[in-house]
Amino acid sequence: MQLVLERRPERSAVIAVASPLIAVALTIVTFAALFAIMGKNPLAAIYVYFIEPLTDPFTLQEIAVKATPLVMIAVGLALCYIANIWNIGAEGQFIVGAVCGSWLAVRTNGTDVGHWVLPAMLVLGALGGALYALIPAICRVYFGASEILTSLMLVYIANYGMDYLVRGPWRDPQGLNFPTTAAFDPAASIPTLFESGRMHVGSIITLVVVMLATVLLGRTIRGFEIRVVGAAPRAARFSGFNADRLVLLTFAISGALAGLAGIIEVAGPIGHLDPGVSSNLGFTAIIVAFLGRLNPGGILIAGLFLALTFIGGEGAQISLKVPLDVTKVFQGILLFYVLACDSLIVYRIRLLRSVRKVAHAAS
Amino acid sequence: MLDASSQAGSSLPAPLLSAVSISKRYGDFLANDCIDLDLFPAEIHALLGENGAGKSTLVKVMYGLIQPSGGELRWEGQKVVLSGPSEARALGVGMVFQHFSLFENLTVAENVALGLPPTEPFATISARLADTARVYGLPLDPKREVWRLSVGERQRIEIVRALMQNPKLLILDEPTAVLTPQEADQLFIVLERLKNEGRAILYISHKLEEVKRLCDTATILRLGKKVATCNPRQETAASLARMMVGAEIGEVKVSAARTAAAPRLLIHKLSLEPDDPHGTRLKDITLEVCGGEIIGVAGVAGNGQDELFAALSGERQAASAGAIVIDGRAAGHLNVNDRRRMGAAFVPEERLGHGTAPRMKLSENALLTGHAASGMVKGGFINKIAMLAHVDRTTKSFDVRKAKRDPEAVSLSGGNLQKFVVGREILRDPGILVVSQPTWGVDAGAAAVIRQALVDLAGRGSAVLVISQDLDELTEIADRIAVMFHGKLSPPLEAARATRERLGLLMGGADPAAPEDEQEAKHAVGA
Amino acid sequence: MPLLEHFDLIEAIILSVIAASTPLLLAASGELVVERSGVLNLGVEGMMIMGAACGFAGAYMSGSTLIGALCGILAGAGMAAIFGILTLGLAVNQVATGLALTILGVGLSGLIGAGFVGTKIVPAAQLHLPYLTDIPFIGRILFGEDAFVYFSVALIIAIWMFLYRSRGGLVLRAVGDNHASAHALGYPVLRIRMLAVLFGGACAGLAGAFLPLAYTPFFIPGMTAGRGWIALALVVFSSWRPGRLVAGAYLFGAVSILQLHTQAFGLGIPSQLMSSLPYLATVIVLVLISRTRGTAGSAAPASLGQVFVPDR
Repeated sequence: MQLVLERRPERSAVIAVASPLIAVALTIVTFAALFAIMGKNPLAAIYVYFIEPLTDPFTLQEIAVKATPLVMIAVGLALCYIANIWNIGAEGQFIVGAVCGSWLAVRTNGTDVGHWVLPAMLVLGALGGALYALIPAICRVYFGASEILTSLMLVYIANYGMDYLVRGPWRDPQGLNFPTTAAFDPAASIPTLFESGRMHVGSIITLVVVMLATVLLGRTIRGFEIRVVGAAPRAARFSGFNADRLVLLTFAISGALAGLAGIIEVAGPIGHLDPGVSSNLGFTAIIVAFLGRLNPGGILIAGLFLALTFIGGEGAQISLKVPLDVTKVFQGILLFYVLACDSLIVYRIRLLRSVRKVAHAAS
Repeated sequence: MLDASSQAGSSLPAPLLSAVSISKRYGDFLANDCIDLDLFPAEIHALLGENGAGKSTLVKVMYGLIQPSGGELRWEGQKVVLSGPSEARALGVGMVFQHFSLFENLTVAENVALGLPPTEPFATISARLADTARVYGLPLDPKREVWRLSVGERQRIEIVRALMQNPKLLILDEPTAVLTPQEADQLFIVLERLKNEGRAILYISHKLEEVKRLCDTATILRLGKKVATCNPRQETAASLARMMVGAEIGEVKVSAARTAAAPRLLIHKLSLEPDDPHGTRLKDITLEVCGGEIIGVAGVAGNGQDELFAALSGERQAASAGAIVIDGRAAGHLNVNDRRRMGAAFVPEERLGHGTAPRMKLSENALLTGHAASGMVKGGFINKIAMLAHVDRTTKSFDVRKAKRDPEAVSLSGGNLQKFVVGREILRDPGILVVSQPTWGVDAGAAAVIRQALVDLAGRGSAVLVISQDLDELTEIADRIAVMFHGKLSPPLEAARATRERLGLLMGGADPAAPEDEQEAKHAVGA
Repeated sequence: MPLLEHFDLIEAIILSVIAASTPLLLAASGELVVERSGVLNLGVEGMMIMGAACGFAGAYMSGSTLIGALCGILAGAGMAAIFGILTLGLAVNQVATGLALTILGVGLSGLIGAGFVGTKIVPAAQLHLPYLTDIPFIGRILFGEDAFVYFSVALIIAIWMFLYRSRGGLVLRAVGDNHASAHALGYPVLRIRMLAVLFGGACAGLAGAFLPLAYTPFFIPGMTAGRGWIALALVVFSSWRPGRLVAGAYLFGAVSILQLHTQAFGLGIPSQLMSSLPYLATVIVLVLISRTRGTAGSAAPASLGQVFVPDR
């Protein structure tokens, strides 16, 4: 008996919708089993991870706060990945955006500046992220270097760069030698939306980004270009699309979004710049992008779901004594299941009876 | 319908390989339907059928590459089940594929070694290869890398590789599709010799004149079923064609006086470096295509046709703007869409992956070439209604058969997809159409529709340039024919003066006018 | 005498370069074979870090470096098996799966290794041959290394012989050049690729295990610090040729060591700049190597990264 893969004549629409749900279900089952092995009550674990955070309005806002940068970055990444352009350096672009925007905040800290500071910081953040993202793009377009490797190397460089700034020239003199800038002034901080809770304007910006991306991909010629370049590069060239320009454009857009997410995160929930600012958001956003099937609407849902697991994980750390790393493992396994289930949209599995050799008069 | 056996006379030798009721099903599609076929030693047996009849599928079953859904194979009278090509080879079956199974970055010797069982040491393989090649008149240098070789030379590797295993049965799948007429003649000499050595040969083709010349027996397939087994020398080309196709295929109707108007497409000293290290450099290509005429560009694949198409379509820019002139305007520096806006249209050789995005819908594929100049885009936004309307019009005008209104491109059969791709461009009423291999791998019915459409387009005053490996096609529809060889284009010949002999010599690199070149051409073919 | 002191310093530097280069060489050797078969496995970092965590755990619990190394190898191969099932069995996009492998590996290794942070083990034994090891200057370099170093050299030599002097290697190269042709000739493309992928995973796991078993005798989460990615860049740098791979591995090892030694020299360069040198060097090298190859065309195996689904 042998299992073989066979291409479907047409993509299966049913599986296209069901696949992420099946993947989530499989992951939850896997996790329940793992928890049982670890000696924890699986049902309690599922409740703490997935249900409990939804019961309290404060944690609901926390979910939104956590999801905001994830979704914003992931939408930008999706534009790249659809076109088979692999921006792995969103983490670095996030950091550079945070640094560029923070520069203004640190410069004007303590002085009585007007409300133009915050929008200016956001612009600087987006610009910084875009320019940093153009480095691997240029390396690919003009030198043919793999953007996967270059964008990733730049993450390490960005991290070290920020580390230097925050421990050196930008360190808060009143900060008791901790590696952090001074807290940002109110004029340089993102306002929250409600009386209590930490949900902030960044979430609105993210929703707008999702809507714009949906229109771009589905209804514009530029979106068509992105899709064709990824699906059939030779046909894209035949259609007159310039793949090099697209590499530069998608990297710039995703870098801008990552940089914007960076400064929003720093000027909003965190309130200052320190080395732990990014906490791997750039990499988690990659998971969100795939989970959301590279579709802005799907990414919104995936981002919220993943944020839910982060908050749930924090809760589980306290109430169930489960380490935070479990959340990361959960996300990794979920991504695997999503990729596997997605394959079934295009292929189907068949059982083949193996060929039995019959004795014959061979030479 | 005569059997080979009654032709041979008294005692019947046992068949070497028999296909008994072989069937192969792919989902709903029946590629082979209960086919019976007997192959005898010292006989060249043709397997005839048009594109899509199931010939390749049947021989893949015989070679162990595919498992039949029904029926069985018998070797020397005994049932065999082949779980893979190595078992077929061990029995004594050799196969030369239509699409070569070669490794471009490895040497000839390495390629041959990979086709042989692992028991023989590499050094002896190299020596034996050179020997066998020489003996059969197919010279090869074991140390050369395959990417440096021409198509004809690559086929030699395939043949020598098969011969080195001393096959009792040699299967060849459309071997002359990629050869010049002179190279084909050389191949026939080799095949006759093999037959006289007592081997059985299965020769797949859709070229009737060849089969009549070379083969002792012919089995004809149509739509997966065996239609007949006969002696091709006792049939006419017309009767064979009728069995292959099942009906009379109408002749392409050419309007009586196709007067050429002013030149609409001018190629002037076009030179271009290849962007692929294994590509061909174009050298000073010059050609004029007038409105109302069809110019054919013949030539074996790999002589610069891809590069020429890319230069004409605008996928690659020419060095000088004046190298390509469309309707009087210098277009060498313009990109694809600018040229489309000037009224030019293009159909590339590869319909899946180049002419269309295989996994995208037909409407989106209409947008692929239509977004520049066909009213499907406004202010950056795409108009799905216009796209679907274009698909509907193309479907109706070109009889494109498909499962639903807007399926994925890959789900259409070769012929139907090609009709869509060609129709998509012709419906835009282009002043200039450049099309490459318009009916490659397409069934006869669709091929006729496409060729008629090209002729009608020219009849309406457009300039049509057809790049094709199929000499029969070009002689049928082209007014003048030029030949590409090693990146150079010969001056076009009037159709009446473009005999197979002359075209063949040009395809092999010789100038038929110069006597020394004729000798050289014969030499290059490996005599 | 001042001259001997210099020799001592140079010897120390060379020893540290060898130590820094060994994990790169091990991981890149495995990935070279994988990519030669036509598969791009970006999950090297994930496999390495899992090798580090499991290797340390194995050595700690058994007290034996060898068992630790075996645990590392199994961990890497296990992760590679998941990758293989997805990309070869289910025809999933290789880039996405490789990234997922890295993310999972980093998370899982943190989980496994968490309990071992702060513990120490006995580092891997180093060779000591009487008289030979005591030769000044070259003695310790040639005869005083640990088993990982010797194995890494033997491995790359064995890989070279396999690729260019054996039938198996020829078949592997053929599969990487044109999987359709290999399939048509009857070779089991998916099985060959799976074996290559498992081998690559084993090498990455061993490379990762080297870090807590020999390089530093303790485990820190994330201790691979991007070496897996550098190994990937190394394979590109080597144009998929074993000889160049060795040169590249030692070059990169030297660059990554540089930061420690320049700090000893007391220049006023910020430590973060020195720490980022290996990554910066990788970018520069990638740009230069791709540019010089530009017109001659890529030396990469022609079917690298392409999905293969055989028809039956």
